[in-house]
Amino acid sequence: MPEKHLLLRHRDIPDIHELEVYRKHGGFEAFRKAVTQMTPDEVTEEVKKSGLRGRGGAGFPTGLKWSFMDKKNWPHYVVANADESEPGTFKDREIMERNPFQFLEGVAIAAYAVQANRAYIYLRGEFWQVAAWLDRKIAEMEAAGLLGDNLFGTDYSLRIYTHLGAGAYICGEETALLESLEGKRGMPRLRPPFPPSYGLYGKPTVVNNVETLTNVPLIIERGADWYRTIGTEKSTGPKVFSLSGHVNRPGNYELPLGTTFRELIFEHGGGIPGGKAIKAILPAGASSAILPATDEVLDTPMDYESVPKVGSFLGSASVIVVDESVDIAWLVRKTIHFFKHESCGKCTPCREGTYWMDKLMEKVMAGQATPEDLEILYDVAKQIQGKTLCALGDFATMAVVSGIERFKQDFERAVKALVEVGV
Amino acid sequence: MNAFYERHKEEIERILAKYPPEHKRSAMLPLLYLAQRDRGYITREDMAQIAEILGVSVTEVDGVVGFYTLLHDKPGGKYRIQVCTDLPCALRGAEQFLHQLEEALGIKAGETTPDGLITLEEVMCIAACDKAPVFQVQTGEGLTYYENMDLEKTLALIEQWRRAEDAPSQNGGRPTGSESTTINQQSSTNNP
Repeated sequence: MPEKHLLLRHRDIPDIHELEVYRKHGGFEAFRKAVTQMTPDEVTEEVKKSGLRGRGGAGFPTGLKWSFMDKKNWPHYVVANADESEPGTFKDREIMERNPFQFLEGVAIAAYAVQANRAYIYLRGEFWQVAAWLDRKIAEMEAAGLLGDNLFGTDYSLRIYTHLGAGAYICGEETALLESLEGKRGMPRLRPPFPPSYGLYGKPTVVNNVETLTNVPLIIERGADWYRTIGTEKSTGPKVFSLSGHVNRPGNYELPLGTTFRELIFEHGGGIPGGKAIKAILPAGASSAILPATDEVLDTPMDYESVPKVGSFLGSASVIVVDESVDIAWLVRKTIHFFKHESCGKCTPCREGTYWMDKLMEKVMAGQATPEDLEILYDVAKQIQGKTLCALGDFATMAVVSGIERFKQDFERAVKALVEVGV
Repeated sequence: MNAFYERHKEEIERILAKYPPEHKRSAMLPLLYLAQRDRGYITREDMAQIAEILGVSVTEVDGVVGFYTLLHDKPGGKYRIQVCTDLPCALRGAEQFLHQLEEALGIKAGETTPDGLITLEEVMCIAACDKAPVFQVQTGEGLTYYENMDLEKTLALIEQWRRAEDAPSQNGGRPTGSESTTINQQSSTNNP
């Protein structure tokens, strides 16, 4: 049977969540190879060469991140970011539920590469069942001698622990995640210093997304050169696209980076239900600048370089599709409501700004906004940008600014009604 | 140490062992979940005892409880039905679903049924956007996802809980995880 999936391998090999099945298909050979035949730096170098970039949204080169670890400060930690909370993203959950060992092997290899003896998996609190499931899988690895002391007869030892968050979008931001893991409120830290020099408990820490880590065993097993044959030159490898909203077949689709929106939405997702026309696309969940679904946009390759060229970001590739029946002002109100709820309150522009944007959008939706209110809304959004410790502030403005700029008619409808009655 | 510690000694020690001994504050969220398991919410007394175990002030613990949406410092229904109405779910009818549920239960989101069985809540994205309408049910014991739901299926589920209340079974009718699909049966069936 031809290999169709590299990350969602459970779709080709149904019982791959069983340790023996995973091992029968080469499972943990990459970890063994890394620990017994490669130095930690060689592992990092191979990942660097592969071009793998962070799948959580930022797209930062993974190997480079590992190479930043401060080697004068010990111990080191690896933390897997399983906080998956971006509206529209549901890929990490499928990976952990259905192909858990490939993810755990990725955690283990990353830990070896930075010589960490402890790794934590930080899961959003809602993933309570997933955490219990991973605990079982970790116990199976321990029983099989794949975790613990003196792995593969070397002096390397590793333990992996799960840790549940408790419902806070902001904990997907890596420094807020670390604060939360330290038992505090999940509020972002001032950066620099970045986690590879000052992370968990103030020690050098690599924080990687679940999907990112799930790529790692493939790279070590088959090599960086093979990995680079998938995807585009600068956006290498496979990617799991979470497709949701107005499509006939929502779900996760593993495709090479560089696949077009059109192929994902129409070929794999089965197009728009009810014969309606597609109006807009949010390529990175609620944090997206909204794209009008023009032919140019639909034919844009989904990779880290191409999506910014048409005015948005790939982010975590959580593609939300919106049909012609949707009022973009309503959609913007939805996203603001989310960010207002999720703002941690640390930075004033984000805490106050999301509140004001929400208030103003409430007026727009009630048909009570004046043209001046729209100007203030746009102005508030612009003033938040670049003035907060983490990206949440900027994310909260993406839909507002792009919505007003690109879908003006949907905002003006409410305002016009008001002007016409002479308010 | 204190009553909370004595009550859960073994489990607390198991939790603390996951973190370096000098950083036991990391056990904050796990210990708060443990307290919530006792009565479905966290009392001031729990917070004080957890503060003592972790060596931090009760204000710090209170601040953490207030920050996270899955931690509750007030009693609610035995079952908290948390419906996601975020953008991707809303595009697939989640708001209408919540509205129907409000009408059927005779309560608004944020309220609890008079018998104390159900609290209905509207929540942000829970990472199940392709299976909307979707909700999670939180009890002191943990969380269970219910995906691709409609009013009929939801009312049948609630009826099961009510029956379990009338004739208490071994586990008090709480969701055990086996009621819903188990991890391995959950699949994105739409894919090749």
